[in-house]
Amino acid sequence: MQRNPATSFQDMILALHDFWNEKGGCLILQPYDMRMGAGTFHTATTLRALGPEPWNAAFVQPCRRPTDGRYGENPNRLQHYYQYQVILKPSPPDIQDLYLESLGVIGIDPLKHDIRFVEDDWESPTLGAWGLGWEVWCDGMEVTQFTYFQQMGGFDCKPVAGELTYGLERLAMYIQGVDNVYDLDFNGRGTTYGDVFIENERQMSKWNFEVADTAALFDLFARAEAECRNCLENEVPIAAYEQAVEASHVFNLLQARGVISVQERASYMARVRDLARSACEAYAAKMTPEWQAKYPEWSV
Amino acid sequence: MKDFLLELRSEEIPARMQAGARAELAKLFRREMEAAGVGLGDVTVWSTPRRLALIAKGLPDATAAVSEEAKGPPEGAPEAALDGFCRKNGVTKDQLQLRDVKGRNTWFAVIDKPGRATKDVLADAIPAIIRDFAWPKSMRWGAASLSTESMRWVRPLSGIVALLGDEVVDCEVHGVTGGAVTLGHRFHHRGPITIGNAADYAMKLRAGHVIVDHEERAALIREGAARAAADAGLTLVEDEGLVVENAGLTEWPAPLLGRFDEAFLDVPPEVIQLTARVNQKYFVCESSPASAGEGDHPQGGGGVILDVEADPSTTSWSPSPSGLGEDGRLANAFVCTANIEAADGGAAIVDGNRKVLAARLSDARFFWEQDRKTSLADHAKKLERITFHEKLGTVADKVERVARLARWLVEEGIVTPEPSTVTPAPFTVTPAQAGVQGGAATAATDSRLRGNDEAVAALADLAEQAARLAKADLVTEMVGEFPELQGLMGGYYARAEGLPPQVADAIRDHYKPVGQGDEVPTAPVTVAVSLADKLDTLAGFFVLEQGPTGSRDPFALRRAALSCQALLLRNALRIHLLPTIEKAVSNCLNSIAMVVRRNEEAVAKKLFPNAVSMRTVSEKVRLKNPADGKEYGKTAFVVLDFFADRLKVQQREAGVRHDLIDAVFALGGEDDLVRLLARVKALQSFVGTEDGANLLAGYKRAANILRKEDWLPTAPPLQGRGRSAEGAGGVGDVVTAHADRPHPNPSPEGEGLLDTEGIAQTGEEDPLALVDDPDLAPVIAAKMAERKKNSLSYMPEPAEDALIAALDSAEPEASAAVEAEDFAAAMRSLASLRAPIDRFFDEVTVNDPDRDKRAARLDLLLRFRDAVHRVADFSKIEG
Repeated sequence: MQRNPATSFQDMILALHDFWNEKGGCLILQPYDMRMGAGTFHTATTLRALGPEPWNAAFVQPCRRPTDGRYGENPNRLQHYYQYQVILKPSPPDIQDLYLESLGVIGIDPLKHDIRFVEDDWESPTLGAWGLGWEVWCDGMEVTQFTYFQQMGGFDCKPVAGELTYGLERLAMYIQGVDNVYDLDFNGRGTTYGDVFIENERQMSKWNFEVADTAALFDLFARAEAECRNCLENEVPIAAYEQAVEASHVFNLLQARGVISVQERASYMARVRDLARSACEAYAAKMTPEWQAKYPEWSV
Repeated sequence: MKDFLLELRSEEIPARMQAGARAELAKLFRREMEAAGVGLGDVTVWSTPRRLALIAKGLPDATAAVSEEAKGPPEGAPEAALDGFCRKNGVTKDQLQLRDVKGRNTWFAVIDKPGRATKDVLADAIPAIIRDFAWPKSMRWGAASLSTESMRWVRPLSGIVALLGDEVVDCEVHGVTGGAVTLGHRFHHRGPITIGNAADYAMKLRAGHVIVDHEERAALIREGAARAAADAGLTLVEDEGLVVENAGLTEWPAPLLGRFDEAFLDVPPEVIQLTARVNQKYFVCESSPASAGEGDHPQGGGGVILDVEADPSTTSWSPSPSGLGEDGRLANAFVCTANIEAADGGAAIVDGNRKVLAARLSDARFFWEQDRKTSLADHAKKLERITFHEKLGTVADKVERVARLARWLVEEGIVTPEPSTVTPAPFTVTPAQAGVQGGAATAATDSRLRGNDEAVAALADLAEQAARLAKADLVTEMVGEFPELQGLMGGYYARAEGLPPQVADAIRDHYKPVGQGDEVPTAPVTVAVSLADKLDTLAGFFVLEQGPTGSRDPFALRRAALSCQALLLRNALRIHLLPTIEKAVSNCLNSIAMVVRRNEEAVAKKLFPNAVSMRTVSEKVRLKNPADGKEYGKTAFVVLDFFADRLKVQQREAGVRHDLIDAVFALGGEDDLVRLLARVKALQSFVGTEDGANLLAGYKRAANILRKEDWLPTAPPLQGRGRSAEGAGGVGDVVTAHADRPHPNPSPEGEGLLDTEGIAQTGEEDPLALVDDPDLAPVIAAKMAERKKNSLSYMPEPAEDALIAALDSAEPEASAAVEAEDFAAAMRSLASLRAPIDRFFDEVTVNDPDRDKRAARLDLLLRFRDAVHRVADFSKIEG
C-alpha cells in the first residue's frame, strides 16, 4: 500500500513500521498499557535489554510528561506525545545505515538536509542505566536519540542493544513543514493533530497542574511502592517493574502539582530508583537459569 | 624507507574528544615504535568525526639487528649459577664465551636479536594501540559484546586501513582486519575507496568529499563563516571553540548564513549568543562597526535595535564572557556549519536551522519577558525553596548572611566608598603599594572618623540591597535554562526595574573573580558583596569541617579563598581576617541553629545525630591570637591557615617564595594579607642581599646552638598564663602569647585544644619574655635589655658588648618599623646586626665553662633570635 509520510502523521508511523519490520527484522509491538515518561520504560526495552537473547522490536510509545503541559497553547510542548522506539539487540554493525535509510523512507533526503550525529550520552539513574550515543540532528533539530545501552538495572548489557528513539511529532512537523504541532495533518485527509489531541492537552494540563488530588497521589505512590515490594517478595519481577513505572509516573504528577519540595525531591527519586533497580535485579536473577541454559558461557 | 598510513574508522567520535584522541594515537604509536626500535621521523595525525589517521614518513624496512651481551659468573662458579644465567638469557652453555675481566676469566652470553621487518612490528603494534587507547568514555557493541571482554572504543570501530608503502599490514583486532579500503563522506560518496598508500590518502578522501586534515576544515570554517558574514555586510563574532567543535562535527564543512527575526534582538545579546552557541553550535554576527551607529537610532534604516537604556553608564557595559565587541551590535544573523554541499545551495538547511533557532529564541524571549514580570525582590523570596546545604539552610538563608556581612564590611570601614585607585595588577601587590597605603590608612577604624559617615551609610545600604538581590536570578527561567548566565541576568533584570546602577553592577559581577586572570571587581558595592559571599561560603563549610581534602574540593573553597585574596590584594583592602571570619562564622552558626529548629520534628535527628551540639561546642573553644590578644573560635584559625596555603600556591606564580610566606605566617596572628604580603616581599628582597644572606647564616647558627643547648622556649603559650602575666608584669590588659608559637594548628577533632588548658603554670616563666604586643614591644625590649645587661655578673667581652649594643638599637628600630609597616626599614635594622653577630661568633665562646657566662650568652643569642623574629621566623627560610 502506498504510504504518504510527507503529508500524513499516521502514514509516517506506518512507514516506519513497514521499514523496521522488513529491513530490521523487528517485532512490531504495541504501546505498553501504562502511563510512562519515555519509551525506554516499555519492558520491551528495559527488561529485554537484559540477558543474552537477541531481541529486535519496534513500537510507538505514548509518553506522559505532566510538567511539559501547556494547556494546548504552546506550538511545541505537550504533556502527552509519541515516541517511536526501535531496539536492536545485539546492535547490528549496519545500525547507522539502517537508521539513515529509515529517514529516507519518511522523506528526508540527506543530500538536501544536513544530518549529523552529535555526541549525547544517555543516563537514567532511575533505571540504573546508561549508554553512549548521539542525538541525531536534521538541519540543527534533534530528531532522534541514538543510544548503545551499556548498562541496564545496574547490570552490564551483554550483549549491547542499540536503541533508537524518534520524536514523532517533531519529525512530522519537519517533514510536513508546519510550525505548530496542532496543525499536523494526522491522516493525510485533513484531520489534524489538534483535532485529535488539543482538548486532551487542555484538560489534562489542567488536571496535572490544578486538579489532581494530591493526597490520593501520595497514597498511590505509597501503595505502588508497597506493592512493588510485595511483588518482589513473591518473585514476580515484571509485576514489580510495573509498580516501579507507576510510582515513577505518580511522582511526576506530584511534581507537576508542585507539592514536592526541593528537599523531598531527591528522596522520592531515590525511592523510585530503588524500586526500578530492584525489579530489574529480580528479573535478571529469575531469568538467569533460563538464559544460561541457552548460553552456557553467559553470566550476569 | 616507506611511509606508513593508519586509519581507524569508527562511528561518529564526539567532537570534544578528537584533539585528545590525536595526541593519544601519536603517543601510543611512538611508544610501540620506540619499544621495537623503529626509528621515527615525521608523524602526522588527523581526525574527522569518523576517523583517526596517522601518517609516519620514512620508516625503515626493518629494525636493525641488535647484539646484546650479558656478563655472567666467573669461570669455576658453581654449576647452578651458570645454569641460572643460561636460563635467564635463553642460551645454552656451549654458546657462552669466556672473556678476561680484570684478570679473571668470566662467562659472557652474546644474544643476537635479529632485525624485524617493520611490517611485522606494525602488525603487532596496531592491536596494542587499539587495546591500550585511553578514551574519556568508551563502549562495547555488537554481537561480540555478549562478553564484557569484547573490544572497547569510543563508538563502534568499523574499519582499519594499514598500509606500509603500497602493502597492506595484516592485522586483526577483535574481528576487524587491516586493509586498504575505507569509506568517504556518509552522503556524498557511496561505496568503498581503496587507498594506494600514505601519499594518496588525503587526496582520495578529498575526492570522496572528506577533508581529513582537521586544521584545514577549521580554516575552512573560520574563513567561510567570516566570509559569509562579510557578504551580508556583517562581522562574525569570532569563536575559536566553535570553529574547532564544528570542524569535529563535519567532514565536508559548509558554513551557511541565515537570518532570524529582528524582534528577537530585544533579548540580551549574551542570551542570544549563548542560545545559538550552546544549543545549536552557531556563530553570531555583529553589525559592522561602521554601521553600528544606526543601532543608536531604533527607527533608522532598519538598523539593529538593542534594548539597552540610554543611561550613559550602560554604554560601557560589556559583559566579558560573551566576547561581543564593544563597537558592534548583535545582528539578527547566525552562521551554521553544514556537513554537506546541498543540492539547493543550502536553502533548505538554512531554513530548517532558522526554525530551530527561532523556537529556541522564542523560549529565551519568553523567559526574558516572564522573568521581568516579577521583581528581583519577589524572585528572591523563592530562594527559600532552594537548599544551599542541608545544614547551612536555604539559599535565602545564605543571602541573609551575605547581606549582613556585606553591610558589616562597609560599616567596619573595610570596604570604603572610594573605589580603589591602585593600578590594576590582579592577584599581586607590590610592597610599595601595600606598605605605603597601609601605613597611611589603618583603615578599619579611621574611615569612620573621617567624617564621611553619610557616604559609608549609603554604601552600606547599597551593599546590603545588592546582596539581598544578588542570587535572585537563580530562580528565574532564564538562568534555569542557562546557568552560566547567573549574575549577568540578575544585572539585566536589576537595571530593567530601575535599581541603582551600582546595585545592578554588583549583582552582575558578584561572582567575580572566578579564577586566575578573571577581572577583579573594584566597585565598592561589588567588592563588598563579592567578598561577603565568598567569606560566607568559606566560613560555612569550614564550620562544618567540610574543607577540601586532596583533590576533592566539592564546594570550590580553594577558588573562593583565591578570589577573596584577589579582591583584598587588588583593592589593597586592609582587613583583619580573624575577626572578619569570626563574624561570618557566627552568622553561619545562627543559620545552623535555625535549620535545626526548622527541622526539629522532621529530620533533625537524622541530619544531626549529635553533630550540632558537638560542632558548636568545638566553636566554643576559643584560641588566643597573639597579634591582637583577642580570642577567636577554631574555624577562624583554620580558615586563616587555609588562606595561607592558598596564598602560597597563588603567589608562587608571582615569584614569591613560599618559605618566606611561612616565615611571616609562623610569627602568628598575621591576618592582614596586604600587610603580610608586603612583609614577605620586603623579606624576599632582603634575603637576596649579601646582608640578608649573612644574617640568615648567623641566625641559623644561633638557632642551632640554642637548639643543641636546649635553650629554646618550650612551653606553649597558654591563656591562663597570659592572664597571670597581667598581674606579674603589670602591663595592663595585654594578654600574652609567645611569638615563637603561632596559634595551634587545630585538628579537625579539636584535639590539642582542650589539652592546653590543663597545663599547670610553673610560675617561673619570665612574663616579659612572652610579651609580643606591638605597641609595648619596644619599651619592653629596652627594659629587658637593660635588665639583662645590668644583671651580667661578669665583664662582657668586646664582641659580646657590641652585639648587646647593636640589639639595643636594632630591636626598637625594627619593632617601630614593623609597627609603621615600613618593612624595608625593619630589614635595614636587622641588617645592622649582621656584623656584630658575625663578630660574636668569631670572638666569643658561648659554651664557657663558667655557667653564668654560658647562660648569659645563650640568653643573648636567644635575644638575637627574638629580635630577628620581630620581622620573620627565619627558621622557616630555606637555604
